[in-house]
Amino acid sequence: MGRTVRYLLLLAFAAFFLLPLVALLDFSTTDLRTGDRTGAAWASLVEDPTLTEAIRTSLLLAALTVVGMVVLLVPTMVWVRLRVPRATRLVEFLCLLPLTIPALVIVVGLSNVYAWVDYLVGDSPLTLAFVYVVLVLPYAYRSIDVALSAIDSTTLSEAARSLGAGWTTVITRVVVPNIWPGVLGAAFISVALVLGEFTVASLLNFDTLPVVLVLLQKSDAPASMAAALASILFAALLLVGLSLLDRRPTSRRN
Amino acid sequence: MATVTFEGAQRWYPGADKPAVPGIDLEINDGEFMVLVGPSGCGKSTTLRMLAGLEEVNAGKIYIGDREITHTPPKDRDIAMVFQNYALYPHMSVADNMGFALKMAKVPTEERRKRVEEAARILGLTDYLDRKPKALSGGQRQRVAMGRAIVRSPQVFCMDEPLSNLDAKMRVQTRTDIAKLQADLGVTTVYVTHDQVEAMTMGDRVAVMKEGILQQVDSPLRLYDKPVNLFVAGFIGSPQMNLIEATAADGHAKIGEYLVPVDPTAAKTMQGRITVGVRPEAWRLVSAEQGGLPVQVTVVEELGSDAFVYGTSGVEGTPHNIIVRVSGRDKVRKGETIHVTTDPENVHVFDTDTGERLSD
Repeated sequence: MGRTVRYLLLLAFAAFFLLPLVALLDFSTTDLRTGDRTGAAWASLVEDPTLTEAIRTSLLLAALTVVGMVVLLVPTMVWVRLRVPRATRLVEFLCLLPLTIPALVIVVGLSNVYAWVDYLVGDSPLTLAFVYVVLVLPYAYRSIDVALSAIDSTTLSEAARSLGAGWTTVITRVVVPNIWPGVLGAAFISVALVLGEFTVASLLNFDTLPVVLVLLQKSDAPASMAAALASILFAALLLVGLSLLDRRPTSRRN
Repeated sequence: MATVTFEGAQRWYPGADKPAVPGIDLEINDGEFMVLVGPSGCGKSTTLRMLAGLEEVNAGKIYIGDREITHTPPKDRDIAMVFQNYALYPHMSVADNMGFALKMAKVPTEERRKRVEEAARILGLTDYLDRKPKALSGGQRQRVAMGRAIVRSPQVFCMDEPLSNLDAKMRVQTRTDIAKLQADLGVTTVYVTHDQVEAMTMGDRVAVMKEGILQQVDSPLRLYDKPVNLFVAGFIGSPQMNLIEATAADGHAKIGEYLVPVDPTAAKTMQGRITVGVRPEAWRLVSAEQGGLPVQVTVVEELGSDAFVYGTSGVEGTPHNIIVRVSGRDKVRKGETIHVTTDPENVHVFDTDTGERLSD
């Protein structure tokens, strides 16, 4: 294929992805009445209390979800792989389940559960992290599973055990450092998913960023567009950051 | 330093219809290099892994020195294992890999560094301490794996086919390196291999296994000279011992029309169907007039110093292949018929049905 064709294709794809973003930027910086440039919409990201609260909630939710996912999934998957390979299919099935059930169906079931959650731990939007940990399982599972398959975890752990390491050390010092890229990938996917999740949050009446964005679109469209663009940029930055983190030389001499 | 004792140690994999190792009894002396050898699936790796604690022991006992370790977790057994694929930690430098066991034992940083550097010096790895395993050749990785074991100064080394991933030349060199290192360190070593040449060249004693059962435990030379059964006779030696079906006839073994002399012990006990074993180098070339077994030459392998002649005997019921070692200067050509004979002391007689050795 010729050089020109390749550049043309690249250009076409760039246009496809970038044009909507440029349009968002343009719209969010235009004063709708006068047609002049204005930073008002972007300023409202930090000034509008509803919006800042929603951003804060969503970021906290993302962090909580990542922590919950890592704490729940990593030890489970490592343990299953090393000690009970028979359970692999079962765990995989359980983790993929959220993918096969429509979000609406999940919400119908969850509304009952959340009556109790509400009663037991309160009505903070952060309780959504319980659902989100479940919702990110399919993607996080894939990412970590690939990383685990790429290393010979069984032999590595046997080597460590014969050299004097207990199970905890095996997992924290030997297995996890080697599947770190996969865990980071899982974390990133989780963040992206939490920042974009609308259905569950909206139907359970929690004001997360996507929910507020949709509301805002009706009252203050430029601010909503600014927030949308900001969240896309944030996710993109996160991706670049994580991939850089992954490539950083990990050698440490003691 | 310690002895290793297996007392009827059994491993039965869940769901298997028979045990992988039904019950092994083996005593390994202090500082001894013991090689477990056998075809794949013979239970040699399972035996080693029972010693290392990576395989559960279903019955029987295992001791290191006087200490029973049958159900001790691997980390408390004071062993170091070297794996076929080395199992180096990809995320750690060579120095960190080698120092891992010391770190586990909470040895102070300074002493750890000293011991790692000492091991690296012995193994010629000093220039590579900062590298990641990924950046090393196969031979170097193997040495790092050895280093990781040495640094621990364990009571027992467990080595599971550590040379199998190396190319032929490297393997021969590393073979002698490991044997020398073990002799210098004097650490009791259990070494598993499927390669009988490795077993013969490295082991103080060799344990030949088949289907989970020890066949013979002896010095390499005794295994070669006095194999206790047909399996050991066929397994030890390269090229293989010629094993020829015969019938017992009046103090001789009768192969077709040919009478092969046997030693007095065998002559007294043998009867019915027997198998006669002759090493390739035990044959002598004789002229047609002197009699002897005729061999139709099909292939000649010239090795310079000597040559291996592969041929078929014209005698009904003898094996397809007879291997004869001749001097490299005896010009034997493909298609010729040669005649060979041997002496009674070089003939191993086995009972065909039980496989037991009948010769002295």
